[in-house]
Amino acid sequence: MSAPAQPGPVSIPAPRTPQRSSQRSNVELYSWLFMRISGVVLIFLVLGHLFIMNVLDGGVQRINFAFVAGRWSSPFWQTWDLLMLWLAMIHGTNGMRTIINDYAERDQTRLWLKMLLYVASGFTVLLGTLVIFTFDPNIG
Amino acid sequence: MVSLPVGTLYRGGDGMWTWVLHRITGVSVFFFLLVHVLDTALVRVSPESYDLVIASYKTPIVNLLEVGLVGAVLYHALNGLRIVLIDFWAKGPRYQRQMTWAIATVWIVLMVPGAFFMLKHTFEAMFGSTS
Repeated sequence: MSAPAQPGPVSIPAPRTPQRSSQRSNVELYSWLFMRISGVVLIFLVLGHLFIMNVLDGGVQRINFAFVAGRWSSPFWQTWDLLMLWLAMIHGTNGMRTIINDYAERDQTRLWLKMLLYVASGFTVLLGTLVIFTFDPNIG
Repeated sequence: MVSLPVGTLYRGGDGMWTWVLHRITGVSVFFFLLVHVLDTALVRVSPESYDLVIASYKTPIVNLLEVGLVGAVLYHALNGLRIVLIDFWAKGPRYQRQMTWAIATVWIVLMVPGAFFMLKHTFEAMFGSTS
């Protein structure tokens, strides 16, 4: 996964250098592609969410438990929020992974920052998913 | 005056600064997202605890921060679209600077009325309603 530590400036192979045949994966290619595809979907999901929640019909002032209960009584908004949660979290986590790889220079620092990131992201995705699926409008 | 390298997209000048801003807005929105899932999870605790925390979102200062959040998300969305066009549209790299001006224009056109409606209630609460 992570590149071996290199002393001094990063050496970049010349263009058209033959590919290393062993253990080369396309993970970074798929990650790059995912950021673009999920990004385009998120433009609609997130900007729609922000417009409804913050601008439309009184904006944030009208949001309370009853408002959430009304929205999540509809499978449409449940699906919207679930898809938005997963795509945004994977998109954001992958972006943070890229930034950690770019700026944390020590192998150990990179490793632990990414572990912290994956634990925080995994927890958040699972918690959000659980909340959407187990929401009870008659609680309390 | 140092002349910028020609034919590079991300090294120096506006191409680099749009990239820097993309990272800053991305990280900011990510941290808000973690907090936002946590505050929404309070609907599983009790209506009272959820309403209590959501009340803080309605205060003037947090309301202003929300405008900043929407601005950050909108920039990230528009510049992300520009990146997709640079990468997948054959003429994208040639028009990348024009697209920067285009997204700046769209950002202002959407943010001015957006900020107005988002802050309307706060203004009325602070300075009195005209209606």
